[in-house]
Amino acid sequence: MAIDTSVRVWRPRRLWVKLVVAGLLVVEVYPLVWMFLTSLKSNDDYLNNSTWSLPTTWEWGNYTDAWTTGHIGLYVQNSLLAVVPALALILLLGTAAGFALQVMVWKGRGLTLLVFLTGMMVPAQMILLPLFTVYFRTGLSGTLWPLILTYTGTGLPLTVFMMATYYKTVPRELFEAATIDGAGILRAFWTIGLPMVRNAILTVGLVQFFFIWNDLLIALTFTNSQDLRTIQVGLLNFTGDFGATQYGPLFAAICINVFGTLVIYLFLNQKVMKGLTSGAVKG
Amino acid sequence: MHRVLGDRKAVLILLGPALLVYSLIMLVPMVWSFGYSFTEGNTIEGFTGNGLDNFQRLFSDPAVRDALWFTAKYAVVVTVGQVVAGYLLALLYVFFLKRASALIRTLVFFPVVLPTVAVGLLFQKFFQVAPQTGPVNSLLNAVGLDSVDWFGSAGHAFWVLIVMDIWRSMGFYAVLLFAGLVDIPEEVLESARLDGASGPRLVRHIVLPMSFPVLMSAVIFSINGTLKVFDSIVALTGGGPGSGTTPLTLYMFQTSFTYGDYGYGSTIALLLTVVCLLVTLVVFRVSRRDLTEG
Repeated sequence: MAIDTSVRVWRPRRLWVKLVVAGLLVVEVYPLVWMFLTSLKSNDDYLNNSTWSLPTTWEWGNYTDAWTTGHIGLYVQNSLLAVVPALALILLLGTAAGFALQVMVWKGRGLTLLVFLTGMMVPAQMILLPLFTVYFRTGLSGTLWPLILTYTGTGLPLTVFMMATYYKTVPRELFEAATIDGAGILRAFWTIGLPMVRNAILTVGLVQFFFIWNDLLIALTFTNSQDLRTIQVGLLNFTGDFGATQYGPLFAAICINVFGTLVIYLFLNQKVMKGLTSGAVKG
Repeated sequence: MHRVLGDRKAVLILLGPALLVYSLIMLVPMVWSFGYSFTEGNTIEGFTGNGLDNFQRLFSDPAVRDALWFTAKYAVVVTVGQVVAGYLLALLYVFFLKRASALIRTLVFFPVVLPTVAVGLLFQKFFQVAPQTGPVNSLLNAVGLDSVDWFGSAGHAFWVLIVMDIWRSMGFYAVLLFAGLVDIPEEVLESARLDGASGPRLVRHIVLPMSFPVLMSAVIFSINGTLKVFDSIVALTGGGPGSGTTPLTLYMFQTSFTYGDYGYGSTIALLLTVVCLLVTLVVFRVSRRDLTEG
């Protein structure tokens, strides 16, 4: 934070800066406002009136239609059932592995970290087909397990790497002191290691949450029945559920997806920004 | 004490589960997929070896050439677009908005966390011409221009895709590069100003070279992501019109799951992996060389 803005000579805000900011506001906000307004229009209203206009009648029923008739409720439930266990596994396994790779001393840990790193470069397409075969042969295809397992596996490289980096900032003396007092290393991990990186766990958890929740490729590959669709796959195939396209419910479904994300973002935006960007630089 | 930190059993307990899951879900399938590329068939019908046939087919397949070309074009344009837009935004945050920038940063970052499918469907309707004219064409009409059928030709669809993906991601690169700019020591900027550098010259000679490392990691990250583009295209154009906006990732997906040809699909996946690794390596080498010379 080397640029100290307080001591700089104050220059009056130029007009073009104001214009650029105003332009940015419009570009960022208008599509979302338009989407929200359109989600409240009836089909006739959407097809026959100007795209700029407000809804002639405010059809809040579009949201119930999307949730029930459009199965968005089911899709959200599926997403939660796949994402929550995967996230828990990623964080638990990743934190433990990061500890073993950064705090503990043993031969071959540099190589192991490198092995995890390669997982970040390789595109998911490279593992889809063998996994599809395995899930099919073992009969897991009709469940959400393929998603939970695949998300856990693909989420681990970045998580392990980020957790190892966070453990670097914890003074080793803490663990050394604990072990002198007679605590086993596993106990030191559980009672000292984990609490010390609580913040990091939240950050990494957020990063992984957005990756998994927004995933399309893996969900599209491993959900063959409508009952298993996640929110993203369900949204992609949304028009089919109504026969002819119903624009109001479609926009309502998009809105549910977008504004659900907005709530998390509004509460934790600083953490989200920090997490995603540090994840990127490390990746 | 050293013995405790080096306790092999503990290492195994802590690292074992992660390594096992990672191996089973990623490492083994990578090797397995490589093996598939010498076969034809799929899970349901079974696989039979066919030697190097898939590789011969890969090199003579015009669809691969098109997909590769589209992937390259997309990766270059989006990388340039999002890094440049991000850098301009970062400069705006640091030098013009200063403390007031937190709100704008938060706002411009928001699309980054949005599900790509939702954004894709939104942009599809935003640019559409029929059955309803979207805001973009309405705006064109309002200033006296004709509507454009944005998804009627691959050329137009490509640009909608570019606009959408830059809209989605510029806030991310802005925050990333902002972090790099804030780290430039104030004394360096001050002394450059005393030497008479200001505005564009200050950026060109001081700010740009000093933010070069973070700029390079942004480029590497961007290229790695854009070569793997999938969601945006599936949600916005579905690869069409025809196969006009089909990247390698989608062609692999279609070959495997639409046509049930896992063997050839694996070969395309292998090509994609090799491209990703090579490009990352090249960019990495180039950036290292520039750094040592500069």
